[in-house]
Amino acid sequence: MNKFMAWIDERLPVSNFVRNHLSQYYAPKNFNFFYYFGALAIFIFILQIVTGIFLTINYKPDAAQAFASVEYIMRDVEWGWLIRYMHSTGASFFFVVIYLHMFRAMLYGSYKNPRELLWLFGMVIFVLLMAEAFMGYLLPWGQMSYWGAQVIISLFSAIPYVGESLALWIRGDYVISDATLNRFFAFHVIALPLLLFALIYLHLAALHTTGSNNPDGVEIKKNKDENGIPRDGIPFHPYYTVKDIFGLSVFLIIFTFVVFFMPELGGFFLEKDNFVPADPLKTPEHIMPVWYFTPFYAILRAIPDKLGGVLAMGLAIFVLFFLPWIDRCSTKSIRYRSSTYKTLLTLFVISFFALGYIGMSAATPLLTWAGRLFTLIYFGFFVALYFTSANEKTKDVPDRVTMHD
Amino acid sequence: MSDSNKPSNRRKFLTNLTQVMGGVGGIFAVIPFLSTMSPSEKAKSAGAPIEIDISSLRPGSYKVVEWRGKPVWVVRRTPEMIENTLEENDILSDPKSLEDHQPSYTKNKYRSINPEYLVLLGVCTHLGCSPLYKPNSKSAELGLDWKGGFFCPCHGSKFDLSGRVHSGVPAPYNLEVPPYYFASKDKIIIGEDGESV
Repeated sequence: MNKFMAWIDERLPVSNFVRNHLSQYYAPKNFNFFYYFGALAIFIFILQIVTGIFLTINYKPDAAQAFASVEYIMRDVEWGWLIRYMHSTGASFFFVVIYLHMFRAMLYGSYKNPRELLWLFGMVIFVLLMAEAFMGYLLPWGQMSYWGAQVIISLFSAIPYVGESLALWIRGDYVISDATLNRFFAFHVIALPLLLFALIYLHLAALHTTGSNNPDGVEIKKNKDENGIPRDGIPFHPYYTVKDIFGLSVFLIIFTFVVFFMPELGGFFLEKDNFVPADPLKTPEHIMPVWYFTPFYAILRAIPDKLGGVLAMGLAIFVLFFLPWIDRCSTKSIRYRSSTYKTLLTLFVISFFALGYIGMSAATPLLTWAGRLFTLIYFGFFVALYFTSANEKTKDVPDRVTMHD
Repeated sequence: MSDSNKPSNRRKFLTNLTQVMGGVGGIFAVIPFLSTMSPSEKAKSAGAPIEIDISSLRPGSYKVVEWRGKPVWVVRRTPEMIENTLEENDILSDPKSLEDHQPSYTKNKYRSINPEYLVLLGVCTHLGCSPLYKPNSKSAELGLDWKGGFFCPCHGSKFDLSGRVHSGVPAPYNLEVPPYYFASKDKIIIGEDGESV
């Protein structure tokens, strides 16, 4: 075996790679609950690819056949329902995991120097993932698929001068039609997964260059022993592989419970109107995007102006890219930051949930005003953070992580 | 070759020129790829006019037909509905239909050739949902001052019984009126202007 590995290593540095990225890759020893979600996101990505491949085997990207082919998968294909429910549930769980992963970065300042690029790659992944989910949602060709795509593509038409032609180019027709479905299928199964794969590679490469942050926001590389190993670091394998396998097991219990017992999750994961075939002549009474888009959708609805609403929604996502430069406090972890930051972050989280709720409710005047208030708080977070973070009263950050020895 | 590792100016110039030409060629090579995403000839030719029989349409009811893949409404207004069409006041953002979203022969208060028949493109001018027909005034959902019209369930845009947009809603302009004419008393042709214009 050793001889075989030596033969391989002379031609491809496999052992070297395993050492550098697993058995001698040192990660901070104080990871907590929030550090499960990166590994879980990779797991779901692979799950979506695998279930996706098996769905394409029976799915037909054709406006006349798409809806029926999904029902065919659900009823006639052996175990087809399981593959389909894993894929649809996986999409929602992907966003649960990604939102928690991003929230972790906000808790512990993981986007700060020297990890800005890591954050930017992550943000690009987030945007691509939203595009991937949106295009995938058109494929079953139900009422929500159709009208959701109609609304989102029309967002582009708000752009002055070129908007209408841009929307036309994206649809490939004057309305959402077979042409649109076919291209969304191509993007959903080939183009975006390839891009996501490349971005995830870059995200991990950047992570392994700087090393992980941790709940104390201490750079473990600054304190190394005589062998050049960080004193507060432990090898990723076996310590964190085992931790992540435990996390994955708990995750799978929850995930499979949803897949088996409540795959629609009361209309949150699969909306009721999407069990009706697309009808270009009739908009469902109450249309809303799937839950993971509703906070941004609520911001769109809050602004009583077409272009303004679109810009606000775009800005709500775009502003996150600049978080490393908006947050000017050099202390990373919330553990050592001021009560100002804690208050702001709490308000931000509340506004995110509130917008999510408003985005999935019917547009009553009261909720529209609530939407405006929480939109203000959402953007207010970034403004207030910019001005308060430069001279924040922080506590002393310890030299080493709090749970060393 | 000279001993120096520095490339000569001539070589630098040629390298840059090659890069620029390669870049320009690359950009041109992208055009066919992007063009395949534009509407095909088949999609472009699918816009022929359609004919609607309105003899069965009772006062107050409406009919939805598909034209160019979009819903077109034909509403037969009752005298009461014609009366309920809003006057020029501050709740309409373009009461005189000054913006160009209708053929010239429907640029009037009732936005129609014959006030009894309203023909509209049933696509909300905000983000393309199809608004709902809410002809009754004083609805529980839309308030006591509602005088009938169209309501978009997606983002709450409101239009009066002539398809004119209320102000302070997300939709930026009035519902569009497609080109149409009466071929006979009971027949409307949608997608073509009449000969009189």
